[in-house]
Amino acid sequence: MSLDKLLVVSAALFCCGLYAILTRRNGVAVLMGVELILNAANVNFVAFSHYVSRFIGGQIFAVFVIVLAAAEAAVALAIFLRLFATTGTVEVDTADQLKG
Amino acid sequence: MTGPADVIFYVLVVLTVVSAFLVATLPSIIYSAVALLFSFAGVAGLYVLLSADFLAATQILVYVGGILVLILFAVFLSNRISSVNLSSPMRFRWPAAVICLCLFGILSFTAVSTTWAVKPLVVYQPTTAEIGELLMTRYLLPFEAASVLLLAALIGAALLSRPDTAQARKPDMEEPK
Repeated sequence: MSLDKLLVVSAALFCCGLYAILTRRNGVAVLMGVELILNAANVNFVAFSHYVSRFIGGQIFAVFVIVLAAAEAAVALAIFLRLFATTGTVEVDTADQLKG
Repeated sequence: MTGPADVIFYVLVVLTVVSAFLVATLPSIIYSAVALLFSFAGVAGLYVLLSADFLAATQILVYVGGILVLILFAVFLSNRISSVNLSSPMRFRWPAAVICLCLFGILSFTAVSTTWAVKPLVVYQPTTAEIGELLMTRYLLPFEAASVLLLAALIGAALLSRPDTAQARKPDMEEPK
């Protein structure tokens, strides 16, 4: 276990999340991709704080990222429920009513 | 040189990355949500190996216990029960795969080829007390900002998911016959 291996793992997580965001049409699946990307960023924060800085600030950043992820998930799911009640689907490319 | 910690590390890496790959590729969104659970658990294990014990517990509590349950609720509430097909068809499959693989190559090449200024390892210390102290002293302002953000998210989510205006709630208010 070393820093570069952890960075490669986090890059793999990031790319899986990016692939999910780019290819999925269901909004909830896109949200899962966003969560994967946030996890990748967290792994980077903790790995750098463990290996490079030897200071716990990276872990505190990760705590804030987790808080943001929870808030974002709650609001996004509320939006998806409204979208489902309005249009009957949560596919992101059907919600284009604001388009002129 | 390969100790038990390395074996555990590779097991966790395989668990995390394979589950993340399944999240991105499985056709059924329910299966994706379950794969996401294993990916989160694998990341929590990586935190333990990085001696971030508080963060590992937070990851299990918030991600596995909270966010994943929210996501499963959203999956079940946003699909008609009668429609058996819960899968989500994909688009741009090949361009996205090319972009992601190129990005992964660039990122991992950069990570491996750079010589990081790694400091020598220190003895493992429990981190919870230190995190709590720093949150109350040095990081007090972000802490308070996060509390305001959570309040705003709470109110916003409650407002958004409320049923429509007055006429939608009227049937509830009628006298029982």
